[in-house]
Amino acid sequence: MNINNPASFDEAMSHFDTRAMLENAEEQARARHYEDFLIVDVDSHHYEGEAMNEIIDRIEDPVLRENSRFAKGLNLSSGGQGPFGNQEMGGRITRYPGRKHEKVPPKPHRDITLTRRWMDALGIDIACLFPTPMLGLALHPQVHVEVQLARAYNQWLCETILAEDSRIKSMLYLPLTDPVAALRCIEEFGERPGVIGFMVTSTRYRSICENVHMKVYAALEERGLPLSFHSGYSWHDPLLSASTKFITAHALGFPIYNMMLMGNWVMDGIPERFPKLKTIWIESGLAWVPFLMQRFDNEYMMRSSEVPALKRLPSDYMREMFYASQPMEMVNNAEALELTFKMINAESQLLYSSDYPHWDMDLPSTIYDLPFLDIQAKRAILGENARKLFNLEPQLSEAKLARKASYAR
Amino acid sequence: MRVLVCDIDDIEEGGVHILKVEGTKIGVYRHRGAFYAYKNLCAHQGGPACEGRLMKKVVERLNPDKTYIGEDFDADDPHIVCSWHGWEYRLLTGENAVDPKIRLKRYEVTQQDNKLYVDV
Repeated sequence: MNINNPASFDEAMSHFDTRAMLENAEEQARARHYEDFLIVDVDSHHYEGEAMNEIIDRIEDPVLRENSRFAKGLNLSSGGQGPFGNQEMGGRITRYPGRKHEKVPPKPHRDITLTRRWMDALGIDIACLFPTPMLGLALHPQVHVEVQLARAYNQWLCETILAEDSRIKSMLYLPLTDPVAALRCIEEFGERPGVIGFMVTSTRYRSICENVHMKVYAALEERGLPLSFHSGYSWHDPLLSASTKFITAHALGFPIYNMMLMGNWVMDGIPERFPKLKTIWIESGLAWVPFLMQRFDNEYMMRSSEVPALKRLPSDYMREMFYASQPMEMVNNAEALELTFKMINAESQLLYSSDYPHWDMDLPSTIYDLPFLDIQAKRAILGENARKLFNLEPQLSEAKLARKASYAR
Repeated sequence: MRVLVCDIDDIEEGGVHILKVEGTKIGVYRHRGAFYAYKNLCAHQGGPACEGRLMKKVVERLNPDKTYIGEDFDADDPHIVCSWHGWEYRLLTGENAVDPKIRLKRYEVTQQDNKLYVDV
């Protein structure tokens, strides 16, 4: 078959199956005996646009609901930002065009089947699922739209996905642009099955450390629910629009937004105000953390009077936060990566994340194969740290239990 | 060990045939009448390198004064593209398109009586 030929490519995609595409991942899982320990993926995705009609049905505002039916949710869910850039890489990443053709049984929900398929192939027992285009929703000029869509999505996710499969969890979308709505969101959904925290989309231009936000953080701290910051990019950002290639906007965008939020979070002393509120920084890789620690500590020693809320170095607060591993910078400098692990206390603060199905996804082997970690550290990063943080039941998947049983025979 | 792949005509120009030999998947490519065989295993995260697209190398076009014209494909240097993350390898050598020290494992291909064989 020549899948470079357009007709053959379409034919190949019509038979696309996640399990076949991830056969090598399943071989890795067997070779490394992932059935012997828990693996938790704290950042994975689905394409909520595929179920947009179901989400739109749950929008409370009747006019917006009607408008969305005709907009098919696309303009709304993309925050009016237009094209997302070249995520498909010119057809190089076949799961992008193939996904929509994948055949699934009528039940359970398509998203559950697809999620289970890649989880089992990668050896993941529990996955935290996030949306994809909605990560840009905070850029929408109408706050009302963000609030309405966030609520509809959260309701749909809780009822349709999380309630139906205990292996799939989520930190729900927190519409922080409207702190009153955000508080209502925590109160309404915070105790639903499968909800393990809340997520702020980092791609935003408003401060999240104003007085109006403090009730939100107090509510999360009181309930013991972690708050995550999931980064993203916007090629239309005034700074990033100077990127002449998408690779630049993408590589810089993810750390930049989290660096900005981290700066405000630490310098405004939020960790001092809410010392029991756990925070997780997602999808910015890891190299930005040591960079920021060094920059902040250096300036803090000269300007500590400007930030009197701080009782310790900025890096001391950052070392107590949690970080999702993907996309881990691991191409050609293991020494730098090892130092990064030391600087962030990776053995207790790092949480494995795949970001599947996106093009820069990381398999569990990215952690498991690191030569400078012992087996305890590997297992901590791959699952135990997340299990403790989210108080998860350490339940291995059925696929892993079956594999264990077959080995025992 | 010499293993039968398929009839020569079973692989069209620019196409790939994937076979499994004792648990190892091998991709056999046809390009301008020649055949190339590589292990279906990307050096990055272990993806199925040979199950992705075969794409021509992308090159930048500049004017003599170094101003930018655009991009083009180089049909003389096709790339095997791993479908998991997009790592690219040169079909003619198996070398990674960015770092030639990284390679796909290569197998010898033999043609005999209109059939293809790989030495594993």
